[in-house]
Parts: sequence; structure tokens; C-alpha cells
Amino acid sequence: MNKLKSYAASKRGRDSLLSYGIVIIAYIAMQAVIAGGGLSSSLKGQLVPICAYIVMAVSLNLTVGILGELSLGHAGFMSVGAFTGIVVTTALADAIPSAPVRLAVAIAAGGVIAAIAGVIVGVPVLRLKGDYLAIVTLAFGEIIKNVVNVLYIGRDASGLHFSLLSQRFELAEGGKMIINGPMGVSGVQKISTFTSGVVLILVTLFVMLNLINSRTGRAIMSVRDNKIAADSIGISTTRYKLLAFVVSAAFAGMAGTLYGMNFSTVTAAKFDFNTSILVLVFVVLGGLGNIWGSIIAAALLTVLPELLRAVSDYRMLIYAILLIALMLFNNSGLKRRIIEKRGLRQMEKLEKADMAGKGGA
Amino acid sequence: MTFLNHLISGVSLGSIYAIIALGYTMVYGIAKMLNFAHGDVIMVGGYMCFCATAYLGWPAWMGVVLAVVVCTALGVVIERLAYKPLRMAPALAVLITAIGVSYFLQNAALLIWSSNPKSFTSIISGEPIPLFGGRLSISRITIVAVLACVVIMAALSLFTGKTKMGTAMRAVSEDKGAAQLMGINVNTTISVTFAIGSGLAAIAGVLLCSAYPTLMPTTGAMPGIKAFTAAVFGGIGSIPGAFLGGVLLGLIETFSKAYISTQLSDAIVFAVLIVVLLVKPDGLLGKHVSEKV
Repeated sequence: MNKLKSYAASKRGRDSLLSYGIVIIAYIAMQAVIAGGGLSSSLKGQLVPICAYIVMAVSLNLTVGILGELSLGHAGFMSVGAFTGIVVTTALADAIPSAPVRLAVAIAAGGVIAAIAGVIVGVPVLRLKGDYLAIVTLAFGEIIKNVVNVLYIGRDASGLHFSLLSQRFELAEGGKMIINGPMGVSGVQKISTFTSGVVLILVTLFVMLNLINSRTGRAIMSVRDNKIAADSIGISTTRYKLLAFVVSAAFAGMAGTLYGMNFSTVTAAKFDFNTSILVLVFVVLGGLGNIWGSIIAAALLTVLPELLRAVSDYRMLIYAILLIALMLFNNSGLKRRIIEKRGLRQMEKLEKADMAGKGGA
Repeated sequence: MTFLNHLISGVSLGSIYAIIALGYTMVYGIAKMLNFAHGDVIMVGGYMCFCATAYLGWPAWMGVVLAVVVCTALGVVIERLAYKPLRMAPALAVLITAIGVSYFLQNAALLIWSSNPKSFTSIISGEPIPLFGGRLSISRITIVAVLACVVIMAALSLFTGKTKMGTAMRAVSEDKGAAQLMGINVNTTISVTFAIGSGLAAIAGVLLCSAYPTLMPTTGAMPGIKAFTAAVFGGIGSIPGAFLGGVLLGLIETFSKAYISTQLSDAIVFAVLIVVLLVKPDGLLGKHVSEKV
């Protein structure tokens, strides 16, 4: 108890607790709105994807913002998580009757398998630098998509059957195909809920905030800021790079499971280059290294196309223009001037208050 | 003979990739940015030629000229409006803006031409040319693509090596600040680079649509990524590298489609890229720049 008190008293602890509090309050507020019927069905359908994209954005922020390496294949890990989750939930459908427990097991499995994929991808990729690293993550993302696209998994009384390229197994009576090559998965039981999504966001925040504020997190940031300096003071840059990359992949996998279990049909093509880019846009617009920025950007930008539905045909065009305009504004002199002006005004206010204080005394 | 047939179609596809990759590599070498909108400029080029020949009834060569002119202008305009204000911004900001431009072009094309695929009439008509008494045939578009690619590569090498503008380009790509101090107009140089790159994209677009005659707003996306891969493969920033990378990529893709698996061909292409980059981290012909403390 005392430990918790001292944690809450520290600035870092206060910030973290505040973050969890805001998420929980937002969740309660959303539940109230849903109960009041204030949410259209199309927006309600977006709730779980928003949660999944928030986790995706926060996890990618670890690679791009905290570690400082550009990854263009994050959707690949999401794909691994989604399909692992589907296989696990289908296989355990009889063993674990409770849907939330099954979802939790599936998310954990999705995270583990995605982490393994992260190691396989990370070991070669992290030897490269800059744009070369980016293109190789892109390549791995495409490879994962292509391989899942030719994966056939079926289940019958004798267990699971796997094959690549074409269906090379015969299912016994009562057997069921789980992943059917390019057709993907259909007839998945939708067990993801908004509540489970929020729980996953909380878990992600807990791990990320603690990681970033730890010795390990500082080591990772030192690799980003100056690799040579980090190397010279004895930080194993390879180890920390790989650690950050694998943690990032694991959470992307969990987000993928959550996402996959929200739709009855899932295909490998869903998790392509465009999805990776979409998540990268969340991270960059939210601000590199800023966890809250990622969360807000992911939520807003996922809802934005829905809100723009009124101008249906033009919505993606408007989205594109908004994206360009935001990036230009973010890096323009205009923004700098506004910030400077605000700073000046605040200084003036402080000075005035100071003068008034002195006058009074 | 089937082997030779695959070889020919591989070289044909590879030449088209090479033309796109040349544009990519020029822009990257000078502006140091990954121009993700490059693939969509290819698509615009295809549509321009399509409109000129199918709607206006112009002859094919005028369609090509229109495509090149429109894309060159488009490239310069994009650079001026979207990339120039970000010259001092971090690389990622420019990357996201390029993605925004790519979305913009794709969706604008979707609104103008709808998502229905248009069937493109090849700019080169005529029967394939038979070889070895008809056991082997080369389509005319293949010959045009390979010739165009070689001519463009040679012209670009001469241009960057011998002309004043080319020298300026090489100077800007090495050190922007120093080049400016030597009296080189950096903005003009970058604009010219974008103009050349986009003009090449238009040519590639017309050739691509002539060889694979379906035209959609997303036509340019995948060839764009592949050409970018090709440019990295050969060593990004290097003109012969882009040519070599493009041709090799086309060959690998065609052969893996023919002999291994159609569905896995993209995976194989990317796997080869990864292996090459692991052995030679700067691409096949890239220059290695070591970091100094």
C-alpha cells in the first residue's frame, strides 16, 4: 500500500495513473452514450477496430517513436495475431466454453506467435539502417501477407491439419476448414467486445509506460538519440533494438487478435501495406514518441471517414487533403509563430502579475 | 523454348520496373525522400494516354506525349505544393505527406474515372514477331519497352554526367548546403529532378498498361512498391543500379511465377531483396558511406 502511495506521489506515477484514469472514464462515458442510444450502428461497429488501432498505434510508436526505426510492415504482425487468434479460438471452442476467457487465451497466443515472428523478422532487419530497414520491414509485411494467403488449416476429430499452397489434407466427417487460403476465414464467432478492447488498451498502456520509464526504456531511447554514443558507454544496441521491436510486434499481434475476432470474415489481404501505412500515419500525426498522441490520432482518424460519410464520394479525397494540410501546418512557420505568440502572451501575463504582486507588497 | 519465352517476358517486365526505378532513384538521390506518390503518377500517365486515344481519338504517339507533359507538370506541382514547404522538416513528415499525395491522386482518379477497370489499347499494334520459325515470339511492346529502357538509362547517365544541370544534381545530392554556396539554385535543381522522374513515370505507365491492359486507380500502387524495391536492390541513388535492380526483379518475378508459384511470386521477390540487403547492405551497386563520429 505504501509502495502504491509513493508511486502515486511521484510525477511519473501520477501521469501513469492519470492515463489509466482517462481511459477508464472515456470507457464509462462511451458506455453511457451507448446505453442512451446516442451512437449510430456504424459508429458502434467501429468501437472494437478503434481499440485495436489504438493498440497498434501505441505499439508502433515504440518502434518508430521510442526506438527511432521506421517500420512499414506493422500490419504483418497484426495479421499473424489475427489468424493465430482465430485458429486458437476455433481449436479451443469446446475446451473453454467461456468466450471472454477464450478471447484472453487467444490474445495471449496471438501476442506470443507475433513476438516469435518479431524475432524472426527483427534479427536480420535490425542490422540495416534507415530507409533500407524500412524497405525490408515492408518486404516482410508483404511476405507475411503472401504466406498467410496460401495457408490452409483445417480441424477435425483427429486434430489440426496444415498445408501450404493447396489443400493437401482430407478432413474427416464433421471436420471444418479454419483458414481457407486466399478465401481467408469465414464464419468466425465474433467474441471481441468493446470492454475487452479497453482492457487490452489498459494492459498495453501499463506495459508501455512502465517500459518507457524504466532503465530499459532509457537505453532504447539512447539508441535512438545517438547509437554511437550508446554503443560507447556499453549499451548493447542490438539487444535493445531487438527487445523494442519484439515487444512492439507482440502488441501488434494482440491488437490483431482483437481485430480479427470482431469480424466474421477475415482475409490476409486485409492486413496489407496500406494498413501498415494507416497506423504509421496515426503515430506520426499523434507525435513521435508521444503515447497519448498516438491514442488520440488513432481514435480520431478511425472515426473521421465515418463522420465524413455525409460527403460519401469525396470522403477519402478530403481525408487525403486533411492529411497533407496537417503535415504542412505541423511543420510550417505559422505553427511556430502561434506557439511563440502564446508564449509571449503568457510571459507578459506573468510579468504583469509579478508587477502587481510587487505593487501590492 | 518455354525458358526463353519466360526470359523475354521477364526482361520486358523488368525494363518497365527499371524505368520506374530510375525515376525513383533520381528523386531519392537528390531530395532524399521516399516519394510514395511516384506509383500513382504512373497511373495518371496511363489514364492520360487512355483518354487521349480512347475518348479524343488521338494517335498513340500524341497520347504518350500528352501523358508525359501532364505527368511532368503534375510532378513539379506536387513538389512545389507538398514537398517544398517541408524541406527542413524531419524525413518522416515528408514521407507521410507523400502518402497523403498518393491517397489524393488515387481517390481523385477514383472520382474522375470510377473504379471500373478500363481496358487499355496497346500503343503498339501489330502481331508478335516470330523467331526460330515460329517456335518463339516476341511481342512488339516488349521490344519497345527494352529499347526505351536502354535509351532512357543511357540518356540519364549522359545527362547527369556531362551537362551543367546534371553536375548540379550530383552536387545537390552530395551536399545541399555546399551546392547552394557554390551558386547552384537548389530549388530549381530539385524541380527539374521531379520533372524528369515524373516524365519517366508517365512513359512507364503507358508501357505498363500496354503490356498489362487493365487500368484502375490502384494500377500504379504495386508496380510503384516493386520499383522502389528494385531501386533499393540495385543501390538507391545509383542509375545503373536502378536499371540492374529493375531487370533482375522482373526476371525473378517472372521465373518464380512460372516455376514455383504464382501466389508466392511477390513473397519470393521480397525474400531475394532481403537476402541481398543482408549480404550487401547498400544494394548491389550502392556506395557504402561509413559513419564518422
